[in-house]
Amino acid sequence: MNGISIDIENVTVSYHGKVALHNASLQLRPGTICGLVGMNGAGKSTLFKAIMGFVKPAAGRILIQGLPIRQVQKRNLVAYVPQSEEVDWNFPVSVHDVVMMGRYGYMNLLRIAHSTDKRAVKDSLDRVEMWQMRDRQIGELSGGQKKRTFFARALAQQGTVLLLDEPFAGVDIKTEKMMIDLLMELRQAGHTILISTHDLSSITTFCDQVVLINRSILAYGNTSEVFTEENLSRTFGGPVGNLSFTKPRLQVHQEER
Amino acid sequence: MDVIQWFAAPLQYEFMVKAIWVSALVGVVCSALSCYMTLKGWALMGDAVSHAVMPGVVIAYVLNIPFAVGAFIFGVGSVIAIGFIKAKTRVKEDTIIGVIFTGFFALGIVLVSKIRSSIDLTHILFGNVLGISDADIVQTMIISVITLVTLAILRKDLILFCFDSTHARSIGLNISFLYYTLLSLLSLTAVAGLQTVGIILVVAMLVTPGATAYLLSDRFDHLMGIAIATGVFSSVIGTYISYHLDASTGGCIVVLQTLLFLTAVVFAPKHGLLVRAKTVRIGEMAASAELDAGASKRDERH
Repeated sequence: MNGISIDIENVTVSYHGKVALHNASLQLRPGTICGLVGMNGAGKSTLFKAIMGFVKPAAGRILIQGLPIRQVQKRNLVAYVPQSEEVDWNFPVSVHDVVMMGRYGYMNLLRIAHSTDKRAVKDSLDRVEMWQMRDRQIGELSGGQKKRTFFARALAQQGTVLLLDEPFAGVDIKTEKMMIDLLMELRQAGHTILISTHDLSSITTFCDQVVLINRSILAYGNTSEVFTEENLSRTFGGPVGNLSFTKPRLQVHQEER
Repeated sequence: MDVIQWFAAPLQYEFMVKAIWVSALVGVVCSALSCYMTLKGWALMGDAVSHAVMPGVVIAYVLNIPFAVGAFIFGVGSVIAIGFIKAKTRVKEDTIIGVIFTGFFALGIVLVSKIRSSIDLTHILFGNVLGISDADIVQTMIISVITLVTLAILRKDLILFCFDSTHARSIGLNISFLYYTLLSLLSLTAVAGLQTVGIILVVAMLVTPGATAYLLSDRFDHLMGIAIATGVFSSVIGTYISYHLDASTGGCIVVLQTLLFLTAVVFAPKHGLLVRAKTVRIGEMAASAELDAGASKRDERH
């Protein structure tokens, strides 16, 4: 595995004449966990949308493993784990159904699951310890189990680029630890992981790269070099307060039901 | 009058036998589509499209082409118009939907009134399943086959489209194709529905069975089965009731559907009001117990 996994060059995206992302450039290699840090409306979700091919850049180009977005979608290369707020938890689907959706891109028109699909779903559910819960309707799960279900879907998709939107919001410690371990394994296997988060303490613990974004990419590179107080105050438009840069990752989340 | 007599009496008339069969078929098709309408949150869209097809139906009548063709053009056309105005102006979508569908509907009424001699407005507005022609039956059957086959083939894609269109797009599914397919089926099915219950009530056929089933099941397959069962039941029994009461067929069918829905609202085993009231009480008790346990657990950690 060498070369560049996510290659964004001078990308500008605008909605209705308003620029959401200006002249952004970013190159990430395989085997990277990269934190995407910025305020609400700074362009994080626009960047995600551009990588998934939902918005067409007004200028610049995006290549994933050297391929244009259309090819990327056909090959299921980019998997996305949504924020919990984006999901309709009352929808009549089971955990197993959701994870199987990660395999649709490999199936024929009727989306009939073959043994490879079934195996991929079982493996993914096993990795997040959700196989026992496979027949549950998704609304019956705890916050952590919900997140693990969608993480399993991304695993089942077997893409090489993984986008996570606020993955640690509202999850229990067990889920958080499990997901970090899995992210580390994926990095070892050469995947490129981009995590959008407000949780700054998670960046220093396991992100080897960081991207600071505010309508444009302010800085990116190795966490130790880029994640400075000065850069962060530029990102958030003011001092970030008493953020401890050495704090170990042992946040006490309230255990969920 | 005993039960057998109640069911057998209308069957001596050929028009009643036809009416019952057609209502049942329309019940199946509308109910199947209603699952997607409910899950996608398209009730208002269903209302809009079913009204907007009216001028298409009238023009098709004048040109002597199948109603479905005219309905299709105006149904899909209305949604394209709504989408265009939404993208180009600051007016909110529900406002645009309200304006466009009543506008199209009004155009339909104007057209009908100009050619009153040959088309009966009340039949379009309130349905005329008791006097349905053989040509209309054939048309309903064709629409039914097209709709059910399409829903069967695209079943999983449509579920994913309703559930998580972000993921669907990211793995390269053609979202606009699915959107316009669902919309086209909606326009076609509105035509099938207006034969039985009329244009005003057809939205009930396209929403209520799905809504009832949504209260009763957490599995899509069950949801579909329950929706179709309640839809067919309402169509058939509603037609019978209308015969015995000598009342509007469409009205009876929709009232029956609504009663089933309200029954589900109250008595549904998991999502009904009665059970909800109970679980909220249990939930409150559990939550206060958990709070105590959580507090002691946190103490241990410190």
